[in-house]
Amino acid sequence: MSTAPARDSHVNFAYLDEHTKRMIRRAILKAVCIPGYQVAFGSREMPLPYGWGTGGIQVTAALLGPRDVLKVIDQGSDDTVNAVNIRRFFQRTAGVEVTTRTQRADVIQTRHRIPETPLREGQIIVYQVPVPEPMQRLEPREAETRKLHGLAEYGLMHVKLYEDIARLGHIATTYDYPVLVNDRYVMAPSPIPKFDNPKMHMNPALQIFGAGREKRIYAVPPYTPVESLAFEDHPFSVQKWDHPCALCGATDSFLDEVITDDRGTRMFVCSDSDYCNTRQERRQNEAVPDKENIHADA
Amino acid sequence: MQMHDAAEPLLRVRGLRRLYGRRVAIDEVSFDLWPGEVLAVVGESGSGKTTLLHSIAGHHAPDAGSVSFNAREHGHVDLYSMPEGRRRALARTDLGFVHQNAADGLRMNVSAGANVVERLMSLGQHNYGNLRAQAAEWLERVEIDPLRMDDTPLTFSGGMRQRLQIARNLITLPRLMFLDEPTSGLDVSVQARLLDLLRQLTRQLGLAAVLVTHDLAVARLLAHRMIVMQKGRVVESGLTDQVLDDPEHAYSQLLVSSVLPT
Repeated sequence: MSTAPARDSHVNFAYLDEHTKRMIRRAILKAVCIPGYQVAFGSREMPLPYGWGTGGIQVTAALLGPRDVLKVIDQGSDDTVNAVNIRRFFQRTAGVEVTTRTQRADVIQTRHRIPETPLREGQIIVYQVPVPEPMQRLEPREAETRKLHGLAEYGLMHVKLYEDIARLGHIATTYDYPVLVNDRYVMAPSPIPKFDNPKMHMNPALQIFGAGREKRIYAVPPYTPVESLAFEDHPFSVQKWDHPCALCGATDSFLDEVITDDRGTRMFVCSDSDYCNTRQERRQNEAVPDKENIHADA
Repeated sequence: MQMHDAAEPLLRVRGLRRLYGRRVAIDEVSFDLWPGEVLAVVGESGSGKTTLLHSIAGHHAPDAGSVSFNAREHGHVDLYSMPEGRRRALARTDLGFVHQNAADGLRMNVSAGANVVERLMSLGQHNYGNLRAQAAEWLERVEIDPLRMDDTPLTFSGGMRQRLQIARNLITLPRLMFLDEPTSGLDVSVQARLLDLLRQLTRQLGLAAVLVTHDLAVARLLAHRMIVMQKGRVVESGLTDQVLDDPEHAYSQLLVSSVLPT
């Protein structure tokens, strides 16, 4: 990684002023108390456009302490535009240490993926959310969707799944797949692939969702049940691939299809770059006999 | 007539009043509706028929008076003193509402099948195969080809949309239906088929209904009893034949005599 940019002393720590951070922390506390419930908050203008993670970045700014280690991913990768820029933003405004290692991070801000490496207690994962309301496409009136949440009337969600099966023969929703949190609130998990949905269930880490344009924060506290909606005879299932990852050989990770020339040659590689790199390094180390590992196995 | 609790009316409306600002939309409306009975509400445009229907269906709280419904499980309950969640649950199971404009009562951009079984899914039925079988059955009962099950109501004719609305409501076997001008805007032959279907279904299912219409012929065909409204008040009520053949109130006489000779 290139050298870290210097901390910019003209802005407050982590960009937002302290009053704003307190307001956001209050919203986060409320969200943690009511798992899956969308808490309104006074979202601020941020120096990046809506749709680029203005919600997630505000949540991260309110959570970061000076000694925290931050990881930012976009589609699983640490080195795509969105991830690089948000990481740089916090290096400049907060001077925090950054990492690509999932295990080392205290706060992970993510767009569209949950890392393959299991999260642990004490970690916080912050999701960037474009559309927080899972029923928005079927019921555009917000006053009505709030009422439906309040009364736990979720028949509409199954209308959506029913339509999928009727039209395509299976539930064709592959990302932002609706979930029921703690047996109470139906929640949009942000556009993560449905492959990642099972990782949300009883996860030891705290999961916080920020939607900047829609001005909503919601959360899944550690060890909270998260159930993907489905029909009895069309149960929830995750994507599977015929190939292992072409770089690290993983068979248990979410793969991206990469087209390598204009004649249709393609390869499948892990979308989680940290997971893939770690596995490749371990492979290389194993190729050269490693005393410590042999010792540990014995 | 239904066997059970025929000693008690299904719907009891007392002293109902609703204001729009200072304008009186309906006032001092009282009546009983018995299980299996079809009541027509007639009157000219603007006489408060639709307002009355929304008030007794639990959509808009009245400014005075009470509406009490004899619910399957709880006996007589006042619609507006129960919590909103229960009132909405009741509206999804024991009651049905057919809107004048089908687009108000249907989800126009989801398939006919999903429209029909939405109530069942909200009641927690989540077996796709079963839901689909029930959707096909109900489409057939309202004379819609089950092959059209996966088409959206946007592709349906006016008459089919009304029948789809009826199927969507009847799937939970409600005991009471509210029909707001269900045949207006349909051509005469389609009207006749829809009326025939409604008469048949209300008989088969022992369904009670409150039917708002300005068409006296529709009232005569479907209703056992009728009330005549003028300027928000009930001016006459009685058996359909009695009111239509021997109207007492001056306004009812005018209404009956205004029917074009056929």
